[in-house]
Amino acid sequence: MEILVAAILTIITAATPLLFAALGELVTEKSGVLNLGVEGMMVMGAIVGFAAVHFSGSATVAIFASMVAGASMAAIFGVLVLVFHASQVPTGLALTIFGIGLSALVGQGMIGVAYDGIPQLHIPVISDIPVIGEIFFSQDGLVYLSIFMVFAVMWFMNKTRAGLILRAVGDSHDAAHAMGYSVLKIRFLAVIFGGAMAGVGGAYLSLAYSPLWVEQMTAGRGWIALALVVFASWKVRRVLMGAYLFGGISILQLHAQALGIAVPSQVMSMLPYLATILVLVIISRDRSKIKLNAPASLGKPFHASR
Amino acid sequence: MLPRLIKRQAPSKAMVFLSPILALLLTLLASVVLFLIMGVSPSAALHAFFVEPISSIYGLTELMVKATPLILIGVALSLGFRAGVWNIGAEGQLILGGIFGGSTALFFYEKTGFYIIPLILIMGIIGGMLWAGIVAFLKTRFNANEILTSLMLSYVAALLLNLLIHGPLKDPDGFNFPESRLFSDSALLPILYDGTRLHLGAVIALFFVGIGWILLSRTLLGYQIKVMGDAPAAGEHAGFSHSKIIWTTLLISGGAAGLAGAIEVSGPIGQLLPNISPGYGFAAIIVAYVGRLHPLGVLFAALLLALSYLGGETAQMKLNLPVAVTGVFQGLLLFFLLACDVLIQYKIRTSKKSESTFAPAVKSSIKSTSEVK
Repeated sequence: MEILVAAILTIITAATPLLFAALGELVTEKSGVLNLGVEGMMVMGAIVGFAAVHFSGSATVAIFASMVAGASMAAIFGVLVLVFHASQVPTGLALTIFGIGLSALVGQGMIGVAYDGIPQLHIPVISDIPVIGEIFFSQDGLVYLSIFMVFAVMWFMNKTRAGLILRAVGDSHDAAHAMGYSVLKIRFLAVIFGGAMAGVGGAYLSLAYSPLWVEQMTAGRGWIALALVVFASWKVRRVLMGAYLFGGISILQLHAQALGIAVPSQVMSMLPYLATILVLVIISRDRSKIKLNAPASLGKPFHASR
Repeated sequence: MLPRLIKRQAPSKAMVFLSPILALLLTLLASVVLFLIMGVSPSAALHAFFVEPISSIYGLTELMVKATPLILIGVALSLGFRAGVWNIGAEGQLILGGIFGGSTALFFYEKTGFYIIPLILIMGIIGGMLWAGIVAFLKTRFNANEILTSLMLSYVAALLLNLLIHGPLKDPDGFNFPESRLFSDSALLPILYDGTRLHLGAVIALFFVGIGWILLSRTLLGYQIKVMGDAPAAGEHAGFSHSKIIWTTLLISGGAAGLAGAIEVSGPIGQLLPNISPGYGFAAIIVAYVGRLHPLGVLFAALLLALSYLGGETAQMKLNLPVAVTGVFQGLLLFFLLACDVLIQYKIRTSKKSESTFAPAVKSSIKSTSEVK
């Protein structure tokens, strides 16, 4: 039982950063913008969050700082892509390269600095229930926030007028423009939201998952988050599923030794990347399905002639 | 009134060439700001970054040593990018080339023979092609996005190298350090200029620029690549096979990256280490763009990016600046380039001066009509 609880707790901590980043990217992509810079925004969120908690001592300040960091990175992308009509794929790559470099620069003095990790919120009484209490009611605030965001995004996308407009912009920017909606403004907001979410996802790594700063500590999670959005066929519910599935793969990585599996650690570390490829292959095999679900204007530039 | 972008009738040829220069100037300007924030004298930093590394013969040869892998990969990636095939996992293909080439060198440890070096290079190419071939297979057979698969495979490649270095390829007399034996002399690329590290790879890279140029401008394949990138529908109508272009461009870029990896391990490094590339595979993406996806442009861009690596090292030694500055510089350069590229397709139009002589009422009416339009 104990090992099962430990495994589930590992799944949750491994899934949460992916969930944040993938949810944010989903909203961005739903508006028709493909931001490949998730990795760069996450890693900036990670260092800024860590630095903020180091200097302020407050986890709340750190979380907001990481959101601002991710959003600022996203703003660079947004301006380049939406105002300067830069091509989305190379701009996203540039954002990742820039983010990795800048985070290493900012994090110079942060290497080797210790932090206890953000506090867990024990919900009174029910957190004392064995097993269930430990799994569901003794997590840190960010885990709850990530689950809350799943429902918030789901509600926004499917039940609100603003969500409908966002999807319209992503599916046909010309039609949305003709109806009088400001395509660029809506897309910019979606990009910013994606950045803020990636920022928190990164901060989860440096504040909770392994509370310290290591260069490039996101280790490709931004890219896995991008793959998750494809895996989820741009559906919020499936992002949640996918993130927890990937969390499940990482428990193999951490608990293999405890279970007495004699596989080199490097091979275990390959698993999330190999799983991403496998999942992409399974999902993408059906071309028509991808075509049906992907926002129709995804990655296409928009320039209003007037 | 804000400046507005007006679409040009035809793309500006002049801006294609001016944009990288403008981007470089803006990057330098931004670097000055960055250095000021970091509390370093900008003139000293810029001198350490861009002048000092190339103010000696040795420096110039080092520049070429660093530029060699960037040229090889940059030229090859340009072909793919032109065709709309986004291989961004060249880093992984380079590592595979290093593994294949390096294993070959270790296999012929303490043996001599003229065939060893060619074999190392060929094995490197095969290693890189194998890694890129997986991407091409998954793309053409299963429609899997090549950006994500090639990138994921880069992480796998790095772990694979790490695994091998800790295991079968570890130096048996190396006190358990994670590195291979030093290659024998017969497995090391010949040095072109005594007292430096300038090796045969530089010649291969320059040769590759020529091949890339001919391929792109003089062959049917080059034509097909350009058509498939600019107008895929037209290309398919003409009977060009999309999957053939995907396979070809990926194999070329994978092979070139693998060759670069083999050259690195049998040239400047001389053994297998856990880390054989400071991100050449990613920097080559920037090289390809700054070089306007043209082999000759790539040559210059590769020298510029090589200088950013060298400069980063010098600035670290002289001014105690973190090496990470190099990454920031590279990222900024690509940002500014992408922003400046807007001027290829668009021109900037601000409100004309003559308007200011109009009476305010007339002016506002002009403004409102222009908005109605």
